[in-house]
Amino acid sequence: MTRLNLYRLLVILAAIGTLEGLCLAGAIDRITMQPPHEIARDFVRLLASGRMNGAIRKTLGNSAIAFAMALAAGISFAALLHGMRALRATLDPLFATYYAVPVFAFYPFLIVVFGLGDVPQVLIGFMLAVVAVIVNTLNGLDRVPRVLVKAARVHRLGRLRMATSITLPFAAPYILTGVKLAVAYALIGVVGSEFIMSRGGLGYEISFAYTNFENATMYPLIVLILVISIALNALLTGWEKRLLARRGQR
Amino acid sequence: MTTSVEERRQRWQAVRHALLLIVGLVLAWQALYLWVGDIALASPLETVRYAARLLTTDTFYPHLRDTMLAFAAGYALAVVLGLSIGFWLGFHRLSGEVLEPMVVAVYSLPKVTLYPILLLAFGLGISAKIAFGTLHGVIPIILFTLAAVRNIKPILLKTGRALKLTPLQTVRTILFPAALPEIFTGLRVGFSLTLIGTLLAEMFASQRGLGFLLMNGIGLHNVELIMAITLMIVAFAATVSTVLLHIDHRLHRRV
Amino acid sequence: MADTPHVTLRGVRKVFAAQGGTPPVDALGPVDLDLARGEFFAVVGPSGCGKSTLLEVIAGLTPVTEGSVAFEGKAIVGEVPDGVGVVFQEDASLPWLDVSDNIAFGLRHAGLAAAERDRRVRRALELMGLVDFARSYPAQLSGGMRQRVCIARTLVMEPRLILLDEPFGALDQQTRLLMGDELLRLWRQTGATVFLITHALDEAAMLADRIGVMSARPGRLIDAVETGWPRDRDSRIVERPEFGAVTARLWKTLREESLKTLGAQLRAT
Repeated sequence: MTRLNLYRLLVILAAIGTLEGLCLAGAIDRITMQPPHEIARDFVRLLASGRMNGAIRKTLGNSAIAFAMALAAGISFAALLHGMRALRATLDPLFATYYAVPVFAFYPFLIVVFGLGDVPQVLIGFMLAVVAVIVNTLNGLDRVPRVLVKAARVHRLGRLRMATSITLPFAAPYILTGVKLAVAYALIGVVGSEFIMSRGGLGYEISFAYTNFENATMYPLIVLILVISIALNALLTGWEKRLLARRGQR
Repeated sequence: MTTSVEERRQRWQAVRHALLLIVGLVLAWQALYLWVGDIALASPLETVRYAARLLTTDTFYPHLRDTMLAFAAGYALAVVLGLSIGFWLGFHRLSGEVLEPMVVAVYSLPKVTLYPILLLAFGLGISAKIAFGTLHGVIPIILFTLAAVRNIKPILLKTGRALKLTPLQTVRTILFPAALPEIFTGLRVGFSLTLIGTLLAEMFASQRGLGFLLMNGIGLHNVELIMAITLMIVAFAATVSTVLLHIDHRLHRRV
Repeated sequence: MADTPHVTLRGVRKVFAAQGGTPPVDALGPVDLDLARGEFFAVVGPSGCGKSTLLEVIAGLTPVTEGSVAFEGKAIVGEVPDGVGVVFQEDASLPWLDVSDNIAFGLRHAGLAAAERDRRVRRALELMGLVDFARSYPAQLSGGMRQRVCIARTLVMEPRLILLDEPFGALDQQTRLLMGDELLRLWRQTGATVFLITHALDEAAMLADRIGVMSARPGRLIDAVETGWPRDRDSRIVERPEFGAVTARLWKTLREESLKTLGAQLRAT
């Protein structure tokens, strides 16, 4: 383990240790939070009981759908937009201000239109993720050096071949940045929507546990989502770093 | 080197594109309304009229004030905390290197799941809302301030010493202006995210505020109310963001 | 058959259309040029005179505004004909592939059988001195080695016409001389026709059978110098007294044109 990672581990352990101390000393009362070691115990119990399996499936499933939609729509739209300079210039202000706008504000509207099923949550996840994919894919496509396109034409590659064997591989690390963001945003969108108002899923279970003072369920669920989110992000960041390292960048 | 004539032309083009975009969106909205009908959607005109009516209704303003108050407090706190932590992490290399990836990790968490913890800690009042907004806004401010400080060229510090400036003078006249563009970007992103956090908090466990009104509209199945408030929020966020972006660009250009 | 020129240009002109504020650019021509099969032809000229445009026109990468271009008797229209290879000024190595895969790139897309493909790649690696770097990535190589990868990638396609646009521009002088010798060796081995653009007069004089001098923009061929060197030559050709005469003649014509270009630039600021 690198020295830095060791320090990070120590920081996390120190934080958990402090929490444990404050809880045991009574500075943090049980209604607010139980001690970390109990949270760990409840975590294991909760997963082992299988009670949350349906909710886990629902949340991860919907997030995956939102992500896949955002990826497909985002990359295709970016590829299309890349060749249309006027349309792209018109849409640029939209992309620039998109993430400043509270997308969750559209959730009530979607519920009224589509009813309280899975659709509004998947749509919020999609809406959050898609622009990140578009912007990063456009960035990657922008960076393809013209000399590579010319070299491809010298090798007499058709347009499809050029896209798959030159453009896409070159833009891949930048597209991957968009993918990383899309994964995070899809999860945030789905979990957030479930939390605000829904009929199931991990976000719903957390809000339900909160409303019913069930800390023994709530904290483990929070930990579960944090673990999933961090694990996914770490995986994709590792992949992104490897791709870029091969090219001598970053 | 762009002459002022070219700059003006580019700016005029940008404004034209933005107007075109807005017109396009409104037309798409109207088309969608014509297709889907009254039950699900309100037309652009109806929505604007309803929003105007809201702004003249007495009962609307307490909610607006509540949101704005929570937002302002949350942002002020985010700025103070963000700048302080950002400066510390930027100057103290080891802490910065150790903690930065961890702060970045918090960025991609579904922070809404942490909200119940804040509610339990702060109770059901406005404090939890403020804390949640701060949690959202402080992260980008920390990260950008950290980067800004780290990127200060050592030559600038040497210049301060060569001119025999006190540390405070060095910070005020050399370091701060040098780091300002990047810090400003953090403040800009922090602004938007604090707004998002505040609204999100209101949508969950609140009895007041714009977020609460939105959720209330679901139960009342009041499409016009929901769309009017959404429109106001979007318009506010987009406008402020555009203005801040403009300032951001100008700050970065002079570097 | 041996009398038909390999490449024929007649009355070629290239005008770049006006684009969003900038006026149209008369970049090239009119140019008449014949390249004999197996000839080593170099082009020198002041910067901005249209040398690269001329190369792209011959390659089929850029369509002509006026005139005709023919390769092996067939007119070039809009796409790069079979049998043409190009080495560009900028690094065109593919950063996500290692050196072997970079070199094999064109062969893979040409649908060559794996055994033959591997054989050619191995030969290219040996020829260009890249055997030890077969599994390295371009990011790990120096600029000169990356350019060798690009040359290797072009050569494995066994082109009959090789176009090079200032291929050694980014390299230091010693490397340039060595690469020049290698280029001559490859030229002799493959028997291809070579068209080389360079801004270095000594390089052109050392390498080429014939050197074309281009005027300032819009570029026209205003002089053609025959060097008369033997086929098996290398950089030691510089020791010959005729070498000085060739470079002197090139510079005499080029100097005037360069002053014109410089004058135009000074007047524009």
